[in-house]
Amino acid sequence: MAEMKKVATRDSYGAALVELGQEKKNLVVLDADLAGATKTGVFKKAFPDRHFDFGIAEANMMCAAAGMSTAGLVPFASSFAMFAAGRAFEQVRNSIGYPHMNVKIGATHGGISVGEDGASHQCCEDFALMRSIPGMTVICPADDVEAKAAVKAAYELEGPVYLRFGRLAVPVFHNEDFKFEIGKGEVLREGKDVAIIANGLLVYEAIQAAEELASAGIDAMVINMATIKPLDEELVIAAAKKCGKVITCEEHSVIGGLGEAVCSVLSEKCPTPVKRIGVNDEFGHSGPAVKLLEQFGLCASNIVAVAKDFCK
Amino acid sequence: MTLTEKKQLQITACKVRMGVIESTYGAKAGHPGGSLSAAEVFTYLYFKEMNIDPKNPKWEDRDRFVLSKGHTTPGLYATLANRGFFPVEDLPTFRHIDSYLQGHPNMNLVPGVDMSTGSLGQGISTAVGMAMAAKYNGKTNRVYSLLGDGEIQEGQVWEACMSAAHYKLDNLCIVVDNNGLQIDGAVADVMSPYPIVDKLEAFGFYVQEIDGHDFDAIEAAFANAKATAGKPSAIVIKTVKGKDVSYMENQAGWHGKAPNDAEYEQAMTELKAKLAELEA
Repeated sequence: MAEMKKVATRDSYGAALVELGQEKKNLVVLDADLAGATKTGVFKKAFPDRHFDFGIAEANMMCAAAGMSTAGLVPFASSFAMFAAGRAFEQVRNSIGYPHMNVKIGATHGGISVGEDGASHQCCEDFALMRSIPGMTVICPADDVEAKAAVKAAYELEGPVYLRFGRLAVPVFHNEDFKFEIGKGEVLREGKDVAIIANGLLVYEAIQAAEELASAGIDAMVINMATIKPLDEELVIAAAKKCGKVITCEEHSVIGGLGEAVCSVLSEKCPTPVKRIGVNDEFGHSGPAVKLLEQFGLCASNIVAVAKDFCK
Repeated sequence: MTLTEKKQLQITACKVRMGVIESTYGAKAGHPGGSLSAAEVFTYLYFKEMNIDPKNPKWEDRDRFVLSKGHTTPGLYATLANRGFFPVEDLPTFRHIDSYLQGHPNMNLVPGVDMSTGSLGQGISTAVGMAMAAKYNGKTNRVYSLLGDGEIQEGQVWEACMSAAHYKLDNLCIVVDNNGLQIDGAVADVMSPYPIVDKLEAFGFYVQEIDGHDFDAIEAAFANAKATAGKPSAIVIKTVKGKDVSYMENQAGWHGKAPNDAEYEQAMTELKAKLAELEA
């Protein structure tokens, strides 16, 4: 099998904005001195009068985005996940979430795959923060195709959306004709022994893990749950009923993210044993992204190990 | 303005103050002090300065107002009600459960409110965004925002000021209500924001400092602001916190406290006497 093409979803973000910007004249992009890194630089180059830099001032940027949206613009406010969701949390909560503004937050550099920058920039709390805001849609796409589709879907949805993208180039496994729908999980592999529900770069790891598990006699179902909120509860419950065991995988703290969202649904509507793979209530550290992911167990081999233990 | 016009604005400001007392008394909570200090500016903005239509509160080309010091809702609501956005009779339901008159401004519930605010320092940033959007859309509407002198202790205010000057937002005019008091005492003692005028000038604003209770000065200042091109404007208004209710004047304790029965009677007696004097 040929080597799969790899693209960082932050690059997909920039590319999708340029594409969408051609036809949507009310789309504007905001940055806080990180246009080069969030990859919105390509939008700035294509539409210089529609890109607004706010300097290193994320709080002001988020609220300015809210103000712009009241006049019919659709701002994509961009920064690293740490600053978009973390530093500006209260601005997002009060000036975007509470009035339910049509603002899109493009957060790149989510998770520990930020790599060498280390813990200060490795945001593993953004899902928890953003999904706690009423009316906020939270999406973490798995690859280039899905990321581009998610940007377009976010534009079409009236209301606040938090989009999380990664810095690391990851395999592009979706076909170009993939149809993305906010709030709908995607069954990538049917199975009956254990349901692996993942998002972001863990989705491809889950696919690989399922192949390895198959050779060990474990038939794993694989679900891409790009939308963390609103969660596709129907699919989560169906998968739990079918498999009787659920493993969640995310590049996020085990506190407050996809894992807890799945546990919440299942504990109330379909009690099912769940194992959560994520960052175990600890900070990351510097290192090459791929090595960090392995070290923190955010990889196919650990999913296989957890699943084998779970299915003993 | 003519003497008659001025007298009419003074009458309206007095009615706004009565609305502030009615709503905070009705709520048994709320923030009368900073609402009373800004009554003249609220009145001037909504009855003279701003291009608005109470019958069409969401009119696309209207001027915008963002109450960055969102806790002074009683002042804003009393002004909007007197301007005809909603019935004055509703003011006493302020802060009541299920009332649309929330403790802090809610743009989705209250006709005439252009932005939901309450968390200090954020309103001015949203006003910056509105002013940028107006320019982007080729609109000539103006954007106004009222801040407290305690509020400007928030670092975000200065992020917003930097961006307003950077983007040459001459369609933006901020007003800083310098009544000198905040919850814990005098702003100068709690965390001095002074010199306010120098700071705003250094951040690239055209700044005027005026008596915030003098309608002639207010009129001139807003006219000067409108005539200023290439930079945002700021008007620092020197005011008396709790203005025109004798026992509330210059008392930090009346920042966020409602009058009791006796205090309500006294406040209304004083304001009614003032109104009668103006209408005589």
